[in-house]
Amino acid sequence: MEDILNSIILLANFVIVPGMTYGSQLALGALGVTLIYGILRFSNFAHGETMAFGTMITIMVTWFMQSVGISFGPLPTALLALPFGAAAAVAIVLFSDRVVYKYYREKKSNAVFFLIASIGIMFVMNGIVRFIIGPKEQRFADGERFIIKAREFKQMTGLSEGLTIKMTQGLTVVITIIVVYALFRFLQHSKMGRAMRAYSDNEDLALLSGINPEKVVKITWAIAAVLATIAGVLYGLDKSFKPFTYFQLLLPIFAAAIVGGVGNPIGAILGGFVIAFSEVTVTYAYKKFLKYLAPEGMEPDSLMQLLSTDYKFAVSFIILVVVLLVRPTGILKGRVLE
Amino acid sequence: MTQTTKNFVYFAIMAGLLVAVGVIQSWSVSLSIFNLCLISAVMALGVNMQWGYAGLFNVGMMGFAAIGGVAAMLVSMPPVTAAWANGGGDLMMSGLMVVVTVLAIILILRKMPKGKKRNYTIAAAVIAGYFLIRHFYDPAVGAIESTEAAKYGYLGGLGMPILFSWIIGGLFAAGAAWLIGKISLGLRADYLAIATLGISEIVIAILKNEDWLTRGVKNVTGLPRPVPYEVDLQASEWFINLSATFGADPIEASSIFVKLCYTVLFMVVLGVILYLSERALNSPWGRMMRAIRDRRDAASAMGKDVKARHLQIFVIGSAVVGIAGAMLTTLDGQFTPGTYNPLRYTFLIWVMVIVGGSGNNWGAVLGGFVIWFLWVEAEPIGLFVMEVVTSGMDDGSALKAHLIESAAHMRMIMMGSILLLVMRFSPKGLMPEVVRHHD
Repeated sequence: MEDILNSIILLANFVIVPGMTYGSQLALGALGVTLIYGILRFSNFAHGETMAFGTMITIMVTWFMQSVGISFGPLPTALLALPFGAAAAVAIVLFSDRVVYKYYREKKSNAVFFLIASIGIMFVMNGIVRFIIGPKEQRFADGERFIIKAREFKQMTGLSEGLTIKMTQGLTVVITIIVVYALFRFLQHSKMGRAMRAYSDNEDLALLSGINPEKVVKITWAIAAVLATIAGVLYGLDKSFKPFTYFQLLLPIFAAAIVGGVGNPIGAILGGFVIAFSEVTVTYAYKKFLKYLAPEGMEPDSLMQLLSTDYKFAVSFIILVVVLLVRPTGILKGRVLE
Repeated sequence: MTQTTKNFVYFAIMAGLLVAVGVIQSWSVSLSIFNLCLISAVMALGVNMQWGYAGLFNVGMMGFAAIGGVAAMLVSMPPVTAAWANGGGDLMMSGLMVVVTVLAIILILRKMPKGKKRNYTIAAAVIAGYFLIRHFYDPAVGAIESTEAAKYGYLGGLGMPILFSWIIGGLFAAGAAWLIGKISLGLRADYLAIATLGISEIVIAILKNEDWLTRGVKNVTGLPRPVPYEVDLQASEWFINLSATFGADPIEASSIFVKLCYTVLFMVVLGVILYLSERALNSPWGRMMRAIRDRRDAASAMGKDVKARHLQIFVIGSAVVGIAGAMLTTLDGQFTPGTYNPLRYTFLIWVMVIVGGSGNNWGAVLGGFVIWFLWVEAEPIGLFVMEVVTSGMDDGSALKAHLIESAAHMRMIMMGSILLLVMRFSPKGLMPEVVRHHD
């Protein structure tokens, strides 16, 4: 019995907790991608850079707050700085929409041109971020580090396996739940949210019923930028901030959005967790886990790892490709905000 | 000004810029830039075939360039016989198991009726195949990677002249493109983009982590060259005499001579590919491609096999990128999988094609030259600008140090701005596509 409990704790510690955290971060990122896709109808390649930009501003405000002695008790100071980062991300995204995307919208250009334009923005924002904060790794987490430590957990339960939950992991999940709840309340019940869904569903009909398209577009950009900043800050707190990593995050985020059904917010969340858990479960070495469960003398000698950790990113893409082939609309049917 | 004179002026300006770099910085720097301009032009031609002729949005260039690069390494390096002896047999067996598994799946697909039973059988075959492959693969990899790990730890290559690899690299890339195209070409534009971007990342992940094949991030250095080595030149009598007639220092002259040799080789490749591209674009085949790009349904209704043509151009374009990738690794003299990055190897090439003029081969070449030149020269220019900006500041100021240190990142901002400006104000690029009408 104890072996079974130990194996469950082991799995929780190395698969479930990291998977939940990473899944939440991907879900927030994918929600932004999916909203842009639903309203503006293109895949925004600059989304990873939006995350990096918002996070960078948050980090700088955090440093400022730390230097003047503002702190958030046991919670990271970055949470206090986050609104500033989000505001800056909203500002830069709205600016890019005004000077770049609006022109193509008015011309009713093909989606591919929006996509290429977003590659241009990606370059520019990538340069800005590296120019201001540099390409190096930055750590900015402070406050309490752990919610539960492995040693305390072992003492509490008397099991030989410990469970560690970092503060940033707990925060990520809690904040994601709050943000997602607020977003869905907004989409379902507010006038603007309904206008967005109508616009996403049928642009012409929405225009006929008097919805102001430019306003819908602006609100969408703003929400996507806020979500991107939250996702970026949570990821940065949990791991660390490095501009190139944020560029690479674009890939699993796209995968999450598409696997879930692009344009579908629930799908984006589902996709985030599907991608995160498949990355973690496929690259986890099950040797110790099986040792607890296998009968005496049957323990495995090898690591029992399906794929080496180096292929983490590849996993999300294999899933993406399979989904695109088997069910191109994603797990939940996508294409419009529902 | 007619377009022809304009084009002439563009290339003249480009030549002038390279000469200016030769005079101001040094001829060696100018030639290095020119060599990479030539390779960039080849890559841009490959992208132009896919995007310019056929409208395929492929952002997996990095993967094809890396496949070309690995071909250069595999063709030229001598085989490591000890590693083959230690792990070669098992590796062959695991390869055989891959083939067996694939054949079994094909057989099941052919012989069994559709339904749940078939799906379960396939799943069982995949799982059994996985364990069979791992059974041979794991010990093979262990044996190979532990063979003189510090020096080799991989299988080595074929020990053939590296110039062969330019063809082999193209063939490898074509093979990969065929497989990828089969899977992903049915997708809509932005899905195709994301799928190809992802697949190129997978290619890099494999090259970085399969140490038995590529030594991974430990890199393979010292690839044999197709041109003479500087030290040999400096020691040979005819070269010392030659440099004396020019009144040049033999050491500097040898470096320039080596670069010139590469220039000649690259120009031949670029010339051949450009000639063939021009012939293809102005043939009935080229017109068909553009018809498919502009009026897909109409072309399909006329009996053109859109899917097959897309696959064809995807394979050809990727092969050209693969050739360029092999050329690049040859020039570097080393294979470094850790240095492939999508901004430099995929998106920058796209900027070249769009700035040069999609659909126009000469435009792609021009774009390759201009953008590569700016990409390299952005650093000294950015540094210069920053030094002027900060000249009034105190020497010890942290801001000044930061601004000068960050000047290198100006190139990203510059590339993005160029792309956005060209798209907005000159969407057809510097040299627009030539469309001939017969009235």
